[in-house]
Amino acid sequence: MLLKTFTRGGVHPEENKRSSGSPIRRVAIPKTVTVPLAQHIGAPADPLVAKGDKVKAGQLIARGQSFISANVHAPVSGTVTKIDDFPDSSGYRKKAIQIETEGDEWIETIDRDSAVDLQIKLTKEEILARIQEMGIVGMGGATFPTHVKMMVPQGKKAEFLVINGVECEPYLTSDHRLMLERGEELMTGTRILMMALGVDKAYIGIENNKADAIEHLTGLSKKFAGITVVPLKVKYPQGGEKQLIKAILNREVPSGKLPIETGCVVQNVGTAVAVYEAVQKNKPLIERVVTVTGKSVKDPCNLLVRIGTPVSLLLEEAGGIPDDTRKVINGGPMMGKALGMVEVPVVKGMSGITVMPGKEANRPKVHNCIRCARCTFACPMGLAPYLIAQMAEAHLEESAEAERVMDCIECGSCSFVCPSGRPLLDNIRVAKSKVGQLIRSRAK
Amino acid sequence: MANLLTISGSPHVHGDQSIRKIMWGVVAALVPALLVSFWYFGIGAFIITAVAVLSCMVTEYLVQKYILKGQPSLSDGSAVITGLLLAMNVPSNLPWWMMVIGSVVTIAVAKMSFGGLGKNPFNPALIGRVFLLISFPVAMTSWPLPIQNRWVLTDVVTGPTSLGVIKEGLDKGESLGSLISKVPSYAEMLIGNMGGSLGEVSALAILLGGLYMIFRRIITWHIPVSYILTVFLFTGILYLVDPAKFIDPLFHLLAGGLMLGAVFMATDMVTSPMSKNGMLVFGLGCGILTVLIRVWGAYPEGVSFAILIMNAFVPLINKGFKPSKFGKEVKHG
Repeated sequence: MLLKTFTRGGVHPEENKRSSGSPIRRVAIPKTVTVPLAQHIGAPADPLVAKGDKVKAGQLIARGQSFISANVHAPVSGTVTKIDDFPDSSGYRKKAIQIETEGDEWIETIDRDSAVDLQIKLTKEEILARIQEMGIVGMGGATFPTHVKMMVPQGKKAEFLVINGVECEPYLTSDHRLMLERGEELMTGTRILMMALGVDKAYIGIENNKADAIEHLTGLSKKFAGITVVPLKVKYPQGGEKQLIKAILNREVPSGKLPIETGCVVQNVGTAVAVYEAVQKNKPLIERVVTVTGKSVKDPCNLLVRIGTPVSLLLEEAGGIPDDTRKVINGGPMMGKALGMVEVPVVKGMSGITVMPGKEANRPKVHNCIRCARCTFACPMGLAPYLIAQMAEAHLEESAEAERVMDCIECGSCSFVCPSGRPLLDNIRVAKSKVGQLIRSRAK
Repeated sequence: MANLLTISGSPHVHGDQSIRKIMWGVVAALVPALLVSFWYFGIGAFIITAVAVLSCMVTEYLVQKYILKGQPSLSDGSAVITGLLLAMNVPSNLPWWMMVIGSVVTIAVAKMSFGGLGKNPFNPALIGRVFLLISFPVAMTSWPLPIQNRWVLTDVVTGPTSLGVIKEGLDKGESLGSLISKVPSYAEMLIGNMGGSLGEVSALAILLGGLYMIFRRIITWHIPVSYILTVFLFTGILYLVDPAKFIDPLFHLLAGGLMLGAVFMATDMVTSPMSKNGMLVFGLGCGILTVLIRVWGAYPEGVSFAILIMNAFVPLINKGFKPSKFGKEVKHG
């Protein structure tokens, strides 16, 4: 059978899923955690605690201050030692709450029984309120507050829920392990999300390099009404929302619009599991699975860690930082962001840490563009990256806007294929930010 | 671990393609055609190829080092390709000094004066060929006969190309039937046993190189297929209209430089369009112009001119035929 995939562009980087066979394991709770107040897209949360306060794990410590924002909960029990600016994974100093751990005492409302609870008792409205209360955000990396994403705008109708189990990013395996080990929770979380959206059909898209997950979830899907597992051909960036909808339903999200235009809402498998825990177990988002991997990493693994744990601790858990390390990436090698230091805390959207040795950390030498058109063939959005990059270099923002630079999803396929090693995406990002300013200034 | 971590924007990995790989891939694809021309034209072909490659490399080195004062980049292989392609576009008995002049024009004028690799609007090897054709019309149109001239360097026995035989004959009013007996059989033309420039001889060897390049993803099928198909259809229609006046389409495919042009010259990535639709249009234009020149023009062969003219249209084609963007149409159901 011909496997489904998206039509335009795409590349196939080396998969390097070195940690796919390593079961999720819990990491010891660190002595101190640093919990940033802005782990999501939108306004930072307002702290509710002060220095010296005692907190329990799961306790609300900062409230989302507006609709597009998310609550933050204490990931450990202990004493608040500092509310100050700490460097986060972006390299900037941002406001965070530091807690010194004492024991591991959870608030009583959380059901810590690991038995899977398949019975959904809440109503649609209660589910949405619970998701907001528990601080759930998109766990694939975009960290958009989930309660906002689940609100269907007036006049639009949701037809399908799409669960993103693609994990097309090389190296990363946290979603893969979740699908294998937490299948029933994932399925129940999917049912909950379907109820919240008011749809009776959900698709779980999984790339064919995770045959065990496809098989496992297909087996489980017989017990869960309306959920279909869709095996997909391996192609990057299939995990992009627009590409995934195109691959599964052959619908195209119009330029500048949201997936709801095609009747779809897309959620990551990690988010679905977090929603399960929030709704069925009353558990806020205080821990997540992080893949720690890299070519020289001794023990590539998938770790269940509390939010706020320093990345350096995760690296130690994976066998220590390799000697040849020159780059540490928050995420995978295609879309991840390079970290300036390893002491930064794990946040809700951190799906993996990829460690790169020296010889891979540097970019190839830049040559003249030979107009080979490989970037236009690789672009999943059908753009002309060479042209937009040229326009960015020449400060032609209006032209770049006309070439639909704002459609760029920053997947990096253009830079990946360029035989001349040109920093196409760097230039396109510059153009995007300038065109963004232009658009905002027009709105005024 | 070192204290210093590298910070750069994503992506942090790079595909395995590089200019060097692409260029040496093209050189490899040229090997079958080169071997065939060495077989038929012998020592002369070998020497003219060596002279072209060497002069192109030396010219590029000198221009880059002493005029542009930049880093010499001979190792990317592009000067080697240009030299090989230029050699394939001339007769094997071309005097070596003409070849040197042609190479200097090719590299210094058609490539480096625009800024080097990637910046030139016209295919440099074709500029070199047309320059030689206009400057030395006699030397550029006396083609040694295959095999019998293998070990001869001077006083070679020359003859016209198949295209020349047909064109001149038709102009003189001879009948096509009698002219066809004067050109090699199609089987011989396919393997390359005919007079012509080095690279014009064997359609088979060129196609082999083309398939290799498509398989290695150095080129896509769009330009060669659209170019060759256009020539086939256009000449096919002419043939159907009046078989006594127009020779059949297969002859047009096998004779002259069509295969070399469609597979190696028109596909030059620097001077061809940047989208698949644009490439199809480019091939179509090359095909129409080639037939127009061959059938109604002053020259028996039109491939070089056709490609150069279409090179000039590339910026317009790029504007008119952009890749189809995601999310233009909204399809439901």
